[in-house]
Amino acid sequence: MKNFVKTLAFLMMAIFSVFVLSGCGGSKQANSPEDIKKTGKIKIAVFSDKIPFGYVDKNGNNRGYDVYFARRIAKDLLGDEKKVEFVLVEAAARTEVLEADKVDLVLANFTVTKERAERVDFCLPYMKCMLGVVSKNGTIKNVSQLKGKKLIVNKGTTAEIYFTKNHPEIELLKYDQNTEAFQALKDGRGVALAHDNTEVFAWANRNAGYKCGIESLGSLDAIAPAVKKGNKSLQQWINDEIVNLAKEKFFHKAFDAELKQDFGAVAPDSVVVEGGKI
Amino acid sequence: MDSALVIFEGANLTRLLGGLLVSLRIAFLAVLFSLVGGVLFGILMNSKNTVVKVLCRVFLESVRIIPQLVWLFIFYFEMTKVFHIHIDAEVASIIVFSLWGTAEMGDLVRGAISSLPQHQRESGFALGLTKIQLYHYVILPQAVRRLLPPAINLVTRMIKTTSLVVLIGVIEVLKIGQQVIEISIFSAPNAAFWVYGFIFFLYFIVCWPVSLMAKWLENYWASKGV
Repeated sequence: MKNFVKTLAFLMMAIFSVFVLSGCGGSKQANSPEDIKKTGKIKIAVFSDKIPFGYVDKNGNNRGYDVYFARRIAKDLLGDEKKVEFVLVEAAARTEVLEADKVDLVLANFTVTKERAERVDFCLPYMKCMLGVVSKNGTIKNVSQLKGKKLIVNKGTTAEIYFTKNHPEIELLKYDQNTEAFQALKDGRGVALAHDNTEVFAWANRNAGYKCGIESLGSLDAIAPAVKKGNKSLQQWINDEIVNLAKEKFFHKAFDAELKQDFGAVAPDSVVVEGGKI
Repeated sequence: MDSALVIFEGANLTRLLGGLLVSLRIAFLAVLFSLVGGVLFGILMNSKNTVVKVLCRVFLESVRIIPQLVWLFIFYFEMTKVFHIHIDAEVASIIVFSLWGTAEMGDLVRGAISSLPQHQRESGFALGLTKIQLYHYVILPQAVRRLLPPAINLVTRMIKTTSLVVLIGVIEVLKIGQQVIEISIFSAPNAAFWVYGFIFFLYFIVCWPVSLMAKWLENYWASKGV
């Protein structure tokens, strides 16, 4: 009995101390543009396996549309496009890396949604997209064909949210990583794959035998850089940057440099956004 | 067959091997800490003291019940959010895998020790051995032999589970494999098969020597008649 009381007391003390310690937390100020200039380096989260937006080429260099913009931000903020540290993220960790101060900015094909906007602050969009559904030979032409079949989605993406909310009758096969999801489609684990249409255009263009049966689904979504919730000064700086870059049609240049070879016939204006105006 | 060549394109091979080094660094350090920590934890678990026993139980069960992925998120993201402690992703991985290894290894050690006949312990005390001497000369040498097969199992499992760390941003061999596959989808549609095959081979040449060493140890002990 005595031991039991001792144990209980100890456990309660342990739990109590955890609460006291966590109370000391409170939110720390996120890096403003001035802070970033002081450190001389901006940390930007990008994808490493999402060609053509953020990927690593065969020589180990970061490439893609997002990366192209990230380097420009480093050049305009810090005077050198090399002063950017790329932090490679998975789709599901994009809000976490901001909340935990692991990066200053997320440029990882981040679609603006209400739910996400509660946890991070989005800047002006630099790209737009809807959902697309890719299937073998493009046989899936409308959503009703998917009933009772397996649809592949990525965890934490707009596609997952859309189908969970609007089409609970469709069975979803969820994957953590892009590579796995597309591989699953090739292996025939599901009849179709739903993702941002920019993503499936590019993939279908590169994989003979696969077509985008459904090209645009859901509402028009904006893709924008995101900063930590409350980091108004950095958000403002990025917004100004996006507006200024419209003068030189920067995002059209980025399209030509990184997206053209993958999207083929797609018109630049169906994807890129200049000056934040959708 | 051409798809197999993507492994050797550009810096791909060096990057894959570099990724393997990251996986191994995490696994090796975590295994090392787990072996030492696990033996101590196992001895502690055999303690008669209720407080110690309950604390050990709480630690073991919480590590065993909560998935490793959640622990990785706790150490990498939540620690920063709540306490503003920045832990490097690789260090966080080593901590989590060490905790996991220590808990599981400790339970194995506890099992091995308590499976020894009670008279071994009593005879030791009857000879006038102190508790430390008893563990050093009587209990541990016998327990270690019973421990070997499940411990090897745990070690190889730890090496393979390191592929989880990509979710907190550590770029290890499997992730680099996926990056290589992704950029080669157009030029080499079957790259996935060869790259994953090559990674299988890499994991194999890492885990196999561990199995060989275990076999050698068992034979060695058998030949010495202990």
